[in-house]
Amino acid sequence: MSAVVHDHDHPHGHDHAHGDHHHGPYGGILRWITTTNHKDIGTLYLWFSFIMFSIGGLMAVGIRMELFAPGLQVMDPDFFNQLTTMHGLIMVFGAIMPVFVGFANWQIPMMIGAPDMAFARLNNWSFWLLPFAATLLVLSFFMPGGAPGVGWTLYAPLTVQMGIGMDLTIFAVHILGMSSILGSINIITTILNMRAPGMTLMKMPLFVWTWLITAYLLVAAMPVLAGAVTMTLTDRHFGTTFFNAAGGGDPVLYQHIFWFFGHPEVYIIALPGFGVISQVIPAFSRKPLFGYASMVYATSAIAIISFIVWAHHMYTVGMPVTGQLFFMYATMIIAVPTGVKVFNWVATMWKGSLTFETPMLFACGFLFMFTLGGFTGLVLAIVPIDIQMHDTYYVVAHFHYVMVAGALFAAFAGVYFWLPKWTGRMYNETLGKWHFWLTLIFFNMIFFVQHFLGMAGMPRRIPDYHPMFETWNKISSLGAYGMGLAQLLFLYIVVKTIRSGEPAPQRPWEGADSLEWTHLPTPPPYHTFETQPVIK
Amino acid sequence: MKGSKLVSLVAALFAGLAAAAASGAAHAIAWYFQTPASKMAQDIDWLHQVIMWIIMVIFVGVFGFMFYACYAHRKSIGHKAEQFHENTTVEILWTVIPALILIVIAIPVTKVVIAQKDTSAPDVTIKVTGYQWKWGYDYLRGEGEGISFVSTLATPRDQIEGSAPKGENYLLEVDNEVVVPVGKKIRIITTAADVVHSWWIPAFGAKQDAIPGFVRDTWFRADKEGTYHGQCVELCGKEHGFMPIVVRVVSQPEYAKWVGAQKALAAKSADDDGKTFALADLVGRGEKVYAANCVACHQPTGRGAPPAFPPLAGSKVVNGPEEGQIDMVLNGKPNTAMQSFKQLSNTDLAAVITFTRNSWGNKASEVQPAEVKARRK
Repeated sequence: MSAVVHDHDHPHGHDHAHGDHHHGPYGGILRWITTTNHKDIGTLYLWFSFIMFSIGGLMAVGIRMELFAPGLQVMDPDFFNQLTTMHGLIMVFGAIMPVFVGFANWQIPMMIGAPDMAFARLNNWSFWLLPFAATLLVLSFFMPGGAPGVGWTLYAPLTVQMGIGMDLTIFAVHILGMSSILGSINIITTILNMRAPGMTLMKMPLFVWTWLITAYLLVAAMPVLAGAVTMTLTDRHFGTTFFNAAGGGDPVLYQHIFWFFGHPEVYIIALPGFGVISQVIPAFSRKPLFGYASMVYATSAIAIISFIVWAHHMYTVGMPVTGQLFFMYATMIIAVPTGVKVFNWVATMWKGSLTFETPMLFACGFLFMFTLGGFTGLVLAIVPIDIQMHDTYYVVAHFHYVMVAGALFAAFAGVYFWLPKWTGRMYNETLGKWHFWLTLIFFNMIFFVQHFLGMAGMPRRIPDYHPMFETWNKISSLGAYGMGLAQLLFLYIVVKTIRSGEPAPQRPWEGADSLEWTHLPTPPPYHTFETQPVIK
Repeated sequence: MKGSKLVSLVAALFAGLAAAAASGAAHAIAWYFQTPASKMAQDIDWLHQVIMWIIMVIFVGVFGFMFYACYAHRKSIGHKAEQFHENTTVEILWTVIPALILIVIAIPVTKVVIAQKDTSAPDVTIKVTGYQWKWGYDYLRGEGEGISFVSTLATPRDQIEGSAPKGENYLLEVDNEVVVPVGKKIRIITTAADVVHSWWIPAFGAKQDAIPGFVRDTWFRADKEGTYHGQCVELCGKEHGFMPIVVRVVSQPEYAKWVGAQKALAAKSADDDGKTFALADLVGRGEKVYAANCVACHQPTGRGAPPAFPPLAGSKVVNGPEEGQIDMVLNGKPNTAMQSFKQLSNTDLAAVITFTRNSWGNKASEVQPAEVKARRK
């Protein structure tokens, strides 16, 4: 009798019962709550970011509904401001950043020949912080006064006027920052300490390189944001006057601190996407990346320069002419390493043997439109032109080309590229191509016309406008509805793949040559590389 | 077959777009910079065109390679991959050439930047103050010195809500336009009373944030007479989209006439401070002041939008002692959207206070201009 009880409590008894099970000790929901497995956590990140992408997308559709015609039809201006704010915060912190952490979790151990991430429990915690932060963000809508209507940049002193929803947002940003920093420490440690024998730094796949650099950017930049929002919090409640001139502070100080975080943040979002593209393009060109070393150096150069260009977001606050010139020259310099990357990708395709499965289509879409966003970035770097365009729809168009056609397209490329490996099943190629073309067309409908709106003088973040802007706004809104619907197709494709896709071979892509394709079965075992492979 | 389906879908889409476009075609479709009305705006336009041409050339070059590769180096037509990679000469070239192009761009741009920051030796200096959600103008130096007024949106509420057709200058019209002489250098000094705003006239290429507690400046020299429209371009809260800027550029004699008329108005307003008005006159005038200054937050019903914008109907302050309400309106309430309205005349303030004290069921004593004047610090 007592022996049975002992046996039940004994950890080994437990192990035996589930020894050959394909996942950890628990089943059902507890598996996901307690998991320390990099693949499970990667999956959690990916689904979480898709949910946030859907919520943020619905907000965008709300914004576009109000802007479909001049006049106020759908919502009051206050709620409109709340939507623009939360759309930005949720897309940046809830959708785009986590999706690439999901990729990092799944791919880094597989690509460097490691069994798992370095800090498995920390990994669990960095994910499970996110749902709480997201809940705070969404809850802020239901507070008295609603969510903050201040723009995702949370500029002071407008933030001081907001209701309690602002405080929830501040705490959400704190928690999101914590999650990012923990995740980054984990990624840095994993990459630096857990590479397989023979996998030198300069043999790592470029995706791993871009994440290593991104993780350092995160560790450096996120505390700065936490500082900015904490100062906002104490200005709101504890009588400090960091951003209030009456007490010796300066509202512009907030902008400097925010953008000192904000510009590296742009590359935090973009670099992992560059990494994905640098895996996809060589695979479907059946040709090695043209300049591996120069890609690593260009990525590092971008990361370093990203810390000295922040005030190009602030040309109109009124800084000395020397300040404007410094930030303009520094910003223009970033075009050089970015150009090196684009040239490298094109040179990789040159004289390859190209096929255009969905991942490659998204990679080409990325290359074309990210470059377009880069060019408008160069236009905006020029001080006099920026002073004309600042805070207009031209800027909205510019950063959506970088964020959506850049980061989001790279994420889609990555999902289609690795989905067969992750799930062991192939997605439907025809539907994948439909998803690409619909997303491409609708994306350009939404955002290309916004360049015209901005040049013609339509400010951003306004719920109502003069009828001379109506045509472009209508096209943009129709595009937004289409883009939203096209993402339902994406959900359908992924669910259908998981449930009933054709079994995938170990290496479905002829030209793919990193470890997850060459050394691991499809789907990979629950514990990746129990014995590390030796590289050459 | 799949291709043709896609083509017909795209065709249908564009047909829909054309229909949408036609419905919005009552106004000319704006898609490029407004016609420049100053040298600065012309320079910006010129720089933009130069850079766009450079970008076009690079764009066509780079993507010419990409699309040619997509066409000619396909596996499906039997192209075999060559395995070349790493070429130091090529890599140095595509680093150095873009850097040189950037230097070439930087030279003319730097000249314009320096010119744009040069606010010295203005003919007229105007201080612009951003308020939630209107603009205050004070002519500080030059002809017109001493003129001071507030400029608010003139578009009626029913046009915004769709119960009346939208006018020609929908959302871009104000009650008091800024008037400046043609061909003169106008220095704009910006500041703000509450949050950050940004003052912008696209046709002049002049945009400057207005920072509460600090002064910043920009300048323009309009080279054509006419009326120019702009909007606040820094998110400043609920009515951010409803605080336009209108500048009327007039000939020198017309400007002198306008200055004379403004001075006469100001003199009359000073006289009013000593007068005692009847309750009905105050309420009638106050209703207009309320509509121009208060209604966005406190609403036409006086019920506000709590908690940010408290109701006036039944309010303790409004139904309380006169001094309390006068101080609130004169000085605002720190850390809330309630700002100081001391830029309004004593008569206007007395009128609007009296209006709120005698509307929406409120019943309290009237306030005369002299009482407001007495409580100004």
